[in-house]
Amino acid sequence: MSASVTALFYLVASVCFILALRGLSSPETARQGNMLGIAGMAIAVFATLLRPGMGGYHWIILAVAAGGGVGAYIATRIQMTALPQLVAAFHSLVGMAAVFVAAAALYSPQSFGLGLPGTMKSASLIEMSLGLAIGAITFSGSVIAFAKLQGLMSGAPIIFPNQHMLNAVLGAVLVLLVILFVATESRTLFWLIALLSFAIGFLIIIPIGGADMPVVVSMLNSYSGWAACGIGFTVGNLMLIIAGALVAASGAILSYIMCKGMNRSIINVLLGGFGTDSAAGGAAGGAGGDRAVRAGAAEDAGFIMKNASKVIIVPGYGMAVAQAQHAVREMADTLKKEGVEVKYAIHPVAGRMPGHMNVLLAEANVPYDEVFELEEINNDFSTADVAYVIGANDVTNPAAKTDPKSPIYGMPILEVDKAKTVLFVKRSMASGYAGVDNELFFRPNTMMLFGDAKKMTEEIVQSLAH
Amino acid sequence: MNPSQVAETAGSIAREAQALAERARALAAEAAGAAAGTGEMIEPFLFLLSIFLLACFVGYYVVWNVTPALHSPLMGVTNAISSVIIVGALLALGLAEDPLARLFGFIAVLLASVNIFGGFIVTQRMLSMFRKKGK
Repeated sequence: MSASVTALFYLVASVCFILALRGLSSPETARQGNMLGIAGMAIAVFATLLRPGMGGYHWIILAVAAGGGVGAYIATRIQMTALPQLVAAFHSLVGMAAVFVAAAALYSPQSFGLGLPGTMKSASLIEMSLGLAIGAITFSGSVIAFAKLQGLMSGAPIIFPNQHMLNAVLGAVLVLLVILFVATESRTLFWLIALLSFAIGFLIIIPIGGADMPVVVSMLNSYSGWAACGIGFTVGNLMLIIAGALVAASGAILSYIMCKGMNRSIINVLLGGFGTDSAAGGAAGGAGGDRAVRAGAAEDAGFIMKNASKVIIVPGYGMAVAQAQHAVREMADTLKKEGVEVKYAIHPVAGRMPGHMNVLLAEANVPYDEVFELEEINNDFSTADVAYVIGANDVTNPAAKTDPKSPIYGMPILEVDKAKTVLFVKRSMASGYAGVDNELFFRPNTMMLFGDAKKMTEEIVQSLAH
Repeated sequence: MNPSQVAETAGSIAREAQALAERARALAAEAAGAAAGTGEMIEPFLFLLSIFLLACFVGYYVVWNVTPALHSPLMGVTNAISSVIIVGALLALGLAEDPLARLFGFIAVLLASVNIFGGFIVTQRMLSMFRKKGK
């Protein structure tokens, strides 16, 4: 197969990838889109395998079979609540693969038409360092994100003095190493760049807290695309550049949407978590003190909802942790039988990755046309009898609209306070991730339902049955 | 050798030299033309850069059209697509002579394969759960 024919196949594969993303504009076309994505990948791989001079097919088959088997096994077994950490783990693999492809290009540049070892052009070496550094940062950053999401390490931001200073110095050293590497093509320097980039990836993710994970996961998604692009430029491969650019753009847009959902800039997220500014958090939190709240039992909640005509369910990360999505759907079904209108409202940053709640509700067989985004449903709360908030807190806090001193001021919220009654399912009175008290808890029309989200919802279902 | 013969030989040599010079000039002109031609060729990096930028724009517009409900599947599928880096890994494993480069290629193919199969399968699983009312 000549180079031109290969390029033609790469073009077809790229179009498939674009259509795969296009398909996701609606759930009806999405499955077909995913199939096109698979087709595109198959075309790209086979076009590469048919290049003249290709050999070592037994090794290739072995690697693909072993890797593919592991991937398929994990993907079919994984629980939907564990999706964010799965995606983070997968990102780390892309990053590591980029590091190894860069290494292969350095050790055997002739395989990629880049000349002989020791005679590579500076431009190729610069591109190689970029692909290497981004790949390595993607790898170690994703490993940390995985560890935080999986609970292997605390989700709390890890902050120490002069952190930003250290990062800046390491960044400068990285640039220096790249310059030396480009000048010398030294293999030792190559691996030093890799090690330093691992350290940088590690350091930029540890100060980011658990609830900022949607931003981190999207950002690493974007990085994995940039890494593929960098390698694509190094080896002059259009397929890698096009696919990498698509992925990078996608991750960047998701990061932007997530930041907007929290009314924070990406810089603000990267420089450290909420709650680090203890003065602001303390002032807002102190006001709560020991004010009285109205706590209720499952029977009370069941009674209120049974007599409602419209209930809006607001799920958050707590629902995912408690695996309560099936119980919630059961409750909604029972309510619907009683003639109650049930809708779901999802905040952009609910959960630990973009769209996390939608997948969990879909898993529990909630039809997607009952699930609404923030802008679509916010006006409905004023006509709702009950807002059932399960495992969400900060995204409903009216302080975001009323208190300019609050750290979450300006964040778009779900206006559950407009509903006639607000039912809060919570384990305790602890404040949310932002470290801010939610004044909704103390309002007369709020009833707190203390307990595990799943157990509480199941109890409500039982009380509804009577 | 008499003087007239010498003059004749010298004359023929001169003519040959002139013919040679003529041809050299023609060749030079041709070479200059060719050189000018290569000057017109686009730098390969610029070519890659153009494709890259256009792909960024395509990605930008296509992704803004993705419905927020499907943002998780979007991550799943882009994750799988970014594993197209396997193309570079395959070239290393299949073409390289250097044993280390082949080893690096092998590892990269292995890692990318986990991602390709895992990414597409988990996306398919997510998408198969999205159902409309009454279906």
